[in-house]
Amino acid sequence: MRNENLRTLISRLKTYYMSTFDTRPETREEALVETLLRLADDRLILGHRLSEWTGHGPELEEDLALANIALDMIGHAAALYAYAAEIEGRSDEDYYAYFRDDIDFKNIAMVELPRGDFAFTIARQFLFSTYSYFLYDLLIKKVADEQFNGMLQKHFKEIKYHLRHSREWVLRLGDGTGESHDRMQEAFNEIWMYTGEMFAVDDFDEAAINKNLFTDSKTFYDEWKSFVNDVIEEATLIVPDNDQYMYSGARRGRHTEYLGHLLAQMQFLRRSYPDAEWK
Amino acid sequence: MTDNPSNNTEWPLWEVFYQPKDGKPFEHAGSLHATDAEMALQNARDTYARRNEGIAIWVVPSDQIVASSPEDRGPFFDPANDKPYRHPQFYSVPRAVKKRK
Repeated sequence: MRNENLRTLISRLKTYYMSTFDTRPETREEALVETLLRLADDRLILGHRLSEWTGHGPELEEDLALANIALDMIGHAAALYAYAAEIEGRSDEDYYAYFRDDIDFKNIAMVELPRGDFAFTIARQFLFSTYSYFLYDLLIKKVADEQFNGMLQKHFKEIKYHLRHSREWVLRLGDGTGESHDRMQEAFNEIWMYTGEMFAVDDFDEAAINKNLFTDSKTFYDEWKSFVNDVIEEATLIVPDNDQYMYSGARRGRHTEYLGHLLAQMQFLRRSYPDAEWK
Repeated sequence: MTDNPSNNTEWPLWEVFYQPKDGKPFEHAGSLHATDAEMALQNARDTYARRNEGIAIWVVPSDQIVASSPEDRGPFFDPANDKPYRHPQFYSVPRAVKKRK
């Protein structure tokens, strides 16, 4: 009896707080929502970081390109959130972006790191877009949910462009001037310990994998590695050590200090004026 | 430093053309700066093809375009002014051809 009361309490709390203390998704709906939010949070946070370049790009044309990619990624996140909101019976997707705290965000740490210099932004975009490319390619073949799969197919086209754009920049900066070469190398060295989270699979992922709603990212790790290695070497750079310490735990709420600051900026207006509208 | 420092710091200029539909001629969209041909194509996509303007893009280094000069305007274009017979509308269509339509 007591146990049942506790279970009721937990499930009630869960409707109010999606947090790191969530229990493993049991139902198909829970697994689907968890997967949608993990994908969406990565894309919203990286999209926001890219948007910080608006007005600060190295050239007008690159400013536009980065803002375009930012908009694409925030758009992907919005579509995924909207589907999660539909399943959870929320009025709209804004709740996920604006009314959760940092501990509830399920993104990997790599996407929340400050934008750094242009080389760092490009290194991160290249590594993440390569990961997205292989991930979506597999998900499209595997995901058994029609609406979810439709979104993935639509977004995949844009991911291909993000990959092409960032890859070309890695080649040009790596094999460019002495300064651009050094900065590009430094960016890869700095970001490398955050790449491990892309390929970490926990029991939340497994719940979704078992229901054909997600895929094991380890299955494409070798492809990711060989593609990334080829580009880095073609850019006359050195591939950082893959066996170094890897950051972990962000998907379950253990974020870097940077996420809180990002959210403060992103969420401030909506939280201070919840009823504000675009006029 | 050279006399004109902007030559060193600015990326080369490219002209962008896009094709609105299959079979249609390419139209000039504008120009942009880019490091090389591949980046010019990508920048053209981001600058001029965001609103479904077309299905194909050409980029050409601006300094490779050979243009007529303002002084050419008279000798190049004025002679056409008084030659309306160069337009197909100048000729009336024979009745037999009209009927067939």
